[in-house]
Amino acid sequence: MSVFLQSLLDAFADGDALRPGHGLPWLDVARRENRQALASSGLPTTHDESWKYTSLRTLDQRAFASSDALATQHTIDPAEFALPEADGARLVFVNGVLRADLSRLADLPSGLDVQPLSAVLQGDAESLRVFLARNFKHPAESFARLNAAFAADGAIVRVAPGAQITTPLHLVFIGGIASTDIAWHTRNIFDVGEGAQLSVIEHHLGVGTHANLGNVFAEYRLRENAALNLLRIQNEGERASLIQRSEFSLAKHARLHLNNLDLGTALMRHDLRIELLGDRAHAAVRGVFVLDQRQHVDNQLSVEHRALNTSCDLFWRGVADGRARGVFNGAITIHAGADGADARLSNKNLLLSAQAEIDSKPVLEIYADEVQASHGATVGQLDESALFYLRSRGLPLAQARVLLIQAFCAQALAHIEPAGLREHVTQLLQARLPQEMPA
Amino acid sequence: MLKIENLHVRVAGKEILKGLSLSVNAGEVHAIMGPNGAGKSTLGNILAGREGYEVTQGSVEYFGKDLLDLEPEDRAAAGVFLAFQYPVEIPGVNNTYFLRAAFNAQRKKRGEEELDSMQFLKRVREKLKVLHLKDELLHRAVNEGFSGGEKKRNEIFQMAVLEPKLAVLDETDSGLDIDALKMVADGVNQLRSPERAFIVITHYQRLLDYIVPDFVHVLADGKIVQSGDKTLALKLEEQGYAWLQQRKLADSAVAP
Ligand SMILES: Nc1ncnc2c1ncn2[C@@H]1O[C@H](COP(=O)(O)OP(=O)(O)O)[C@@H](O)[C@H]1O
Ligand SMILES: [Mg+2]
Repeated sequence: MSVFLQSLLDAFADGDALRPGHGLPWLDVARRENRQALASSGLPTTHDESWKYTSLRTLDQRAFASSDALATQHTIDPAEFALPEADGARLVFVNGVLRADLSRLADLPSGLDVQPLSAVLQGDAESLRVFLARNFKHPAESFARLNAAFAADGAIVRVAPGAQITTPLHLVFIGGIASTDIAWHTRNIFDVGEGAQLSVIEHHLGVGTHANLGNVFAEYRLRENAALNLLRIQNEGERASLIQRSEFSLAKHARLHLNNLDLGTALMRHDLRIELLGDRAHAAVRGVFVLDQRQHVDNQLSVEHRALNTSCDLFWRGVADGRARGVFNGAITIHAGADGADARLSNKNLLLSAQAEIDSKPVLEIYADEVQASHGATVGQLDESALFYLRSRGLPLAQARVLLIQAFCAQALAHIEPAGLREHVTQLLQARLPQEMPA
Repeated sequence: MLKIENLHVRVAGKEILKGLSLSVNAGEVHAIMGPNGAGKSTLGNILAGREGYEVTQGSVEYFGKDLLDLEPEDRAAAGVFLAFQYPVEIPGVNNTYFLRAAFNAQRKKRGEEELDSMQFLKRVREKLKVLHLKDELLHRAVNEGFSGGEKKRNEIFQMAVLEPKLAVLDETDSGLDIDALKMVADGVNQLRSPERAFIVITHYQRLLDYIVPDFVHVLADGKIVQSGDKTLALKLEEQGYAWLQQRKLADSAVAP
């Protein structure tokens, strides 16, 4: 067994009895089965099609501790995660551990219920059974298994039918300094009721230099006519690893607006799976990553059209400098019976150095009738004629390059609301762009 | 101001300019006419500093210095401006933001004080007014989705704001209706002064009804083959470039 698995499974035995929900027969079974499946499958390799571009060999040689005993004691300045227009409810986790002192759950608007997973497991655990008693069948789902076996906390968010929660719920996941590298596992569940609306900011950041591994699994259930506005800002530390899986299921007329920004981590993998289950369900997804040095960021986006007149609009931009590697896989499947579907995918990528690499693979499969679909992907360099045009007006080369890169990324942020938040996110992104570049 | 001597330029291995000479003094307007493919845009690009052109012989002096030695942005700061034959669309970059950044970058390089956004906006609005352009131009992305005519107007607007010393207009009149043509001419005439010079590349004599040139040159096959005053443009208009062809034949008959 690999160093990685050995370190985690050893720790599992020690921490088992302390894990919230321990003793619930169905949960114990689910945790055990997932752990066993993980132990026999190990981590996926690049032979697995969906992990073709992301090697976990280095990660598999590293040992991690399974809990950070000092997570509740790290001094964290709230200014680190403050965002404009995010002055509503907030849940903060540091190395996977809930920080009640930094969170704000009092005076929630009516119709919004936010609880830590650990608390729900002490109370109405049964309500989470459909989510937590899952077995992951595919060997490549190692991290979902890992999460199912280990997750001890997370955010459980429920929105009552018809409730309109427009002030965003701010979920903060902080990777922080620890005496050894920590692996933490967080499970989030969102249930947005019929006709309800919810805004969420999922915010990842690093405080202090650390090389922890975060493993976040989230499920978003949007019931009929529900709307979810999700802004994900990933600005983790430059040595961090982050593995995420986000699943969205949309019932009839449900609408998902997802804006995604990936800036940080040394290694990130994010599987985004969107299921359009009800008629006229709609998903609008905009994402951008900006990478440098030896960063490796792999986004796997899939959309399944399974009902009439469903639609998706996917827009992703990537920028890689240094020796960074970006991966974008966008797969749209329009299943038999999903007639009248409308699907769009646009992925453009910019390479800023000869050693950077971006792999883009758009896939469109159609088994239905009267479908409108378009997809396109490009990987290229900055437009020489645009550069010359700017320089001919007096802009120095370095400034011209930055301006063009900013413009390239700006399109991916254009839909973030309100404007104050968009400005802030734009600044985060700009701070990651090369400020001065050699000719 | 500008002295081009015996300039030979290769593009993609092919010789395009074959010994071009041209002198331009401050205060002058030079029109350059010539058939398609003669090398007119090549000349404009060489002056502005576009990459991909190989100068194999000759020199270009600008205010006594070697222009070819300078980066494009340094040429701009020194007062060189090219109105592109095909202005580039730059999605996501706001026209005003871009122009102010360029304007201030030039001033900084010249050791002049930069303008803040209020001061700059004031200047820009004055120029818009003089050129009868709509405010809307300020809010759009650089040339994005502009019609051919709008792009050309935007070039003239940029020229008006940047106030270059040497402006090269590369077929800025092509494809314009008469109103737009007058606007282009206005832009040039407003800036005409004893300190400035213009090189106006055009296919058509009609622009020269509005921008009256001091000199007209015919550029054919990589060289200036004929120079004269504004009446040369009229002659070209009447006789077309056919007589150039004959000239060329005559030349080659003479050549060994
Ligand atoms: N970048 C280039 N690559 C290859 N050939 C070029 C390039 N630019 C210009 N040329 C060639 O050089 C010649 C002159 O072009 P140009 O200067 O654009 O002519 P004009 O502006 O007078 O019509 C043409 O034959 C054209 O095909
Ligand atoms: Mg031309």
